[in-house]
Amino acid sequence: MMPYYYCLVGIIKREFLRFLQQRTRLLSALIRPLLWLVVFAAGFRAALGVSIMEPYGTYITYQQYITPGLCCMIVLFNGMQSSLSMVYDREMGSMKLLLMSPLPRPFLLLCKLIATAILSLIQVCIFLLIAQFVDVDTPAWGYLTAIPAIFLIAFFLGALGLLLSNLIKQLENFAGVMNFVIFPMFFLSSALYPLWKMKEASLWLYWICNYNPFSYCVELLRFALYQELNLNAFLVVSLATLLVSVLAMFSFAPKRTLRG
Amino acid sequence: MSIVVRDLSYGYGNKEVLKQLSFSLGTGFNLLLGPNGAGKSTLFSLLTGLFNQGQGEVELCGLDLVQHRRAALAKLGVVFQQSTLDLDLSVKQNLIYQGSLHGLSAMDSLNRVTSILEKLELSQRLNERVRQLNGGHRRRLEITRALMHRPKVILLDEPTVGLDTDSRLLIIEHVRQLAKEMDICVLWATHLMDEANFDDELVLLDRGQIRASGQCQQLYKKHEVNDLFELYRKLTQQVELI
Repeated sequence: MMPYYYCLVGIIKREFLRFLQQRTRLLSALIRPLLWLVVFAAGFRAALGVSIMEPYGTYITYQQYITPGLCCMIVLFNGMQSSLSMVYDREMGSMKLLLMSPLPRPFLLLCKLIATAILSLIQVCIFLLIAQFVDVDTPAWGYLTAIPAIFLIAFFLGALGLLLSNLIKQLENFAGVMNFVIFPMFFLSSALYPLWKMKEASLWLYWICNYNPFSYCVELLRFALYQELNLNAFLVVSLATLLVSVLAMFSFAPKRTLRG
Repeated sequence: MSIVVRDLSYGYGNKEVLKQLSFSLGTGFNLLLGPNGAGKSTLFSLLTGLFNQGQGEVELCGLDLVQHRRAALAKLGVVFQQSTLDLDLSVKQNLIYQGSLHGLSAMDSLNRVTSILEKLELSQRLNERVRQLNGGHRRRLEITRALMHRPKVILLDEPTVGLDTDSRLLIIEHVRQLAKEMDICVLWATHLMDEANFDDELVLLDRGQIRASGQCQQLYKKHEVNDLFELYRKLTQQVELI
């Protein structure tokens, strides 16, 4: 078992060291959700009122409402970006080195996904700390209970990114991922508005949001931040994670099959 | 035999880039010579299992690359044409990462390469960022890294590209020495003819086909030529400027 342990630790450490070296990466990961939180939410606060709903015990501000969604947005961007680079790196760069390891390939990909999830977790924690200064009031213990939820979500979205990049050639650039994956997933979810509000606006949009696994990620985290377990969301995200990771690992070819 | 290739063919779409290659190589310094576009990198991708094997078979140290991929990879070290080093990490961090991919602890990883680092004059640079190293040192680091897990076969894909003559000759000399000392099979791909010695085993690849295979000196005799340049010209009808 020790070789597997050393490998996992080595991959996590390397990703972490690289992350520390790339300070602009952290900055750009934080600036997007902070803009949403500080600018967008402030504008919408006046226009939208969010009534009492679970898990909140009282009326909450719009900033408070969208915080879990923005946390998931960070994770979504990071997961997709890393998975995309894994696919790109197959033919050139460091992924070649990884694929030359004698350890099982699914295990190596698993290590990469775990490392990505840890980096996402760190970014979200920093975001949540900054969010405190913008009237986002999360119970202190909520940060702790949110950690496993963020990790699970990060792993799911990383695996989903890998699966999509394996299957869809056109997703080789990040613009494609933004337009066809990130934005639809984000906007068609409960990240920015409660689903009952969406139901009032459009029933078919509501149903799309309802079947979007990202909605369950957001709700899992929303409840976890209040030390509650949304069992329905947890089951959906867990099952989706299992399914997507297995598919991602077995659809990963060392080289794109389109040319070979 | 360390590397055995049988009837290996590979194509991109309809374009066949490797045609029915068969050769076998033992320990020592082996040269894969061919002009740009001959199929050397494709062959390396097949030998490393990075490309799904086309038609034919590849064996590394008696292990079939498809059936025993993991065991075969454990015996294989590679230096790719394009650098796979993390430029923002230190020499030490790059080495430890490589070790971890082979299931080695950080300490074990460094211990295993101490002597190679000294030989390649890198031991004083362990804490330097790779970005600060010049091209020659980076290549030496990649060679060290490829030897860490004590492979029986090491593949180097045009490792001297972009280096000045002195660095080139120094690196090739070091690798020849290491091949002898460690009793391993080195397959050195190049398009530069001055990197060959008369007693090297040679595989001459051109437009996806093997034009000649054997010891350089014997090939000169067989084809009645005086040197590699003439042999190359005779068998490929092309002249590559050095």
